[in-house]
Amino acid sequence: MDGKKIMAKAYLWLLLVVLYAPIAFIVVFSFTEAKSLGNWTGFSTQLYKNLFTGSMQNSSGLLAAVNNTLIIALVASIFATVLGTIAAIGIFHLRGRKKQTMTFLNNIPMINPDIITGVSLFLLFVFLGISQGYVTVILAHITFCTPYVVLNVMPKLRQLNPNIYEAALDLGATPAQALRKVLVPALRPGMISGFILSFTMSLDDFAVTFFTRGTIGLDTLSTYIYADARKGGLTPELKPLMSIIFLVILVVLLVINVRQSKTSDNQR
Amino acid sequence: MNKRSSWALPYFIFLVLFVVLPLLLIVMYALQDGSGRFTLDNVAKFFTDKDSLSTFALSIEVAIENTLLCILIGYPAAFILADNKLNRSAVTVVLFILPMWINALMRTLATAELFNMAGIPLGKGTLLFGMCYDYLPFMIYPIYNQLKKMDKSFAEAAQDLGATPRQVFRKVTLPLSMPGVWSGVMMVFMPTVSTFAISEFLTNNKIKLFGTIIQENINNSMWNYGAALSLIMLIIIGLTTALQGGEQTEEVSGGLI
Repeated sequence: MDGKKIMAKAYLWLLLVVLYAPIAFIVVFSFTEAKSLGNWTGFSTQLYKNLFTGSMQNSSGLLAAVNNTLIIALVASIFATVLGTIAAIGIFHLRGRKKQTMTFLNNIPMINPDIITGVSLFLLFVFLGISQGYVTVILAHITFCTPYVVLNVMPKLRQLNPNIYEAALDLGATPAQALRKVLVPALRPGMISGFILSFTMSLDDFAVTFFTRGTIGLDTLSTYIYADARKGGLTPELKPLMSIIFLVILVVLLVINVRQSKTSDNQR
Repeated sequence: MNKRSSWALPYFIFLVLFVVLPLLLIVMYALQDGSGRFTLDNVAKFFTDKDSLSTFALSIEVAIENTLLCILIGYPAAFILADNKLNRSAVTVVLFILPMWINALMRTLATAELFNMAGIPLGKGTLLFGMCYDYLPFMIYPIYNQLKKMDKSFAEAAQDLGATPRQVFRKVTLPLSMPGVWSGVMMVFMPTVSTFAISEFLTNNKIKLFGTIIQENINNSMWNYGAALSLIMLIIIGLTTALQGGEQTEEVSGGLI
């Protein structure tokens, strides 16, 4: 039994080492000044300084890309959370064929690979004659984020006592008040996880943005990296930037998980 | 009660406009020539063009190999993670899921650079390794979830009735974990076929996958042919989803209770 446990642990750790090798590689080489990855020219925090003071070649491009990425992710996930929560309440109260149809439609964006979502929305904007840019990218991101909000809010609706909304109305609340004071607090955990999921998926997206950003030179971090890598010379300051993003995500995920396992321990 | 069901209406309109209509437009553009007349030429072009066909075959091949590789490596990992006796730490689980949340382009670039530094030439081998590296968490996570929510008393009952550990796994645990494997396959197979940037980075543009030729056609304003290629991919998605349909409904209704 003990031997089995050691084997199992060894397997997990071996996989983790392989999975994290490239990430560790970036982090290590973010502390040297060399232009190309894998070239060590001594320890230096110069790249971090460049990143924060904005003193680098083509700094406006990279900083604008970071800005765009954050703004698009924030706006898209706020809209997706609102739209998805209202939709989840509606779908929850639908019955029969209508419910099946909505569930089916809600599944499509999750099943579609990014490239199909991207191409199909590109054709939509071409067909409708809408010039592509910020707005179309945000609309596209709302499209692939909202289903995940619906999916995260649904279980909270099932846990909810179906009578408390009616009780609020009976006690004289308007539907808007009942939504704000009764439903939203009860659904909040699902809304928050839906929002976080939307935000990270939007940050991560490449293909959908690539097809819906148009030709006005709008870049997110992903499209910037893609263009940069195709040109051959990766901006060195991307290394510290990636390291910081990695660290932030690591901390956020660990905090969320430790908190979750704590609350579930308390419930036990 | 009924009034709240109308809250689904705005999202219904949104879905029709941004999901259904765009998919219909893929079909429409695929069946039109440049001037908007009906034609089957675009679809016919795919089936007669050697380059497109061989790229398509290669993409399917790589996707199958990658999916199998992910199951082979990912299933044991998910199994160990979900087993209370072998793993008690939630942090290990987070560490396996974490790469899913990091920009795939960054990770892929780093992988390619790591190959460069090690002096390994970029090609099919590095493509498979890199793809597996990119998609492994997407296989581990659904299988882990499925194993975690599985009722342990089934396996215990089988054991009590005299099944060997091997039999318990083959006849109880494995069948019960299949919905998780299927979700993993869905999350690995189609994205592998359709990826474009990842395959370009990992092979230094030497190997093209199906996603790359769709992207090239769309970007070079050959929308109709690009749409036809997308349509072929849509049909495959439809088929794989239909194949998987039975499993999925079970899983959804299971979640409802």
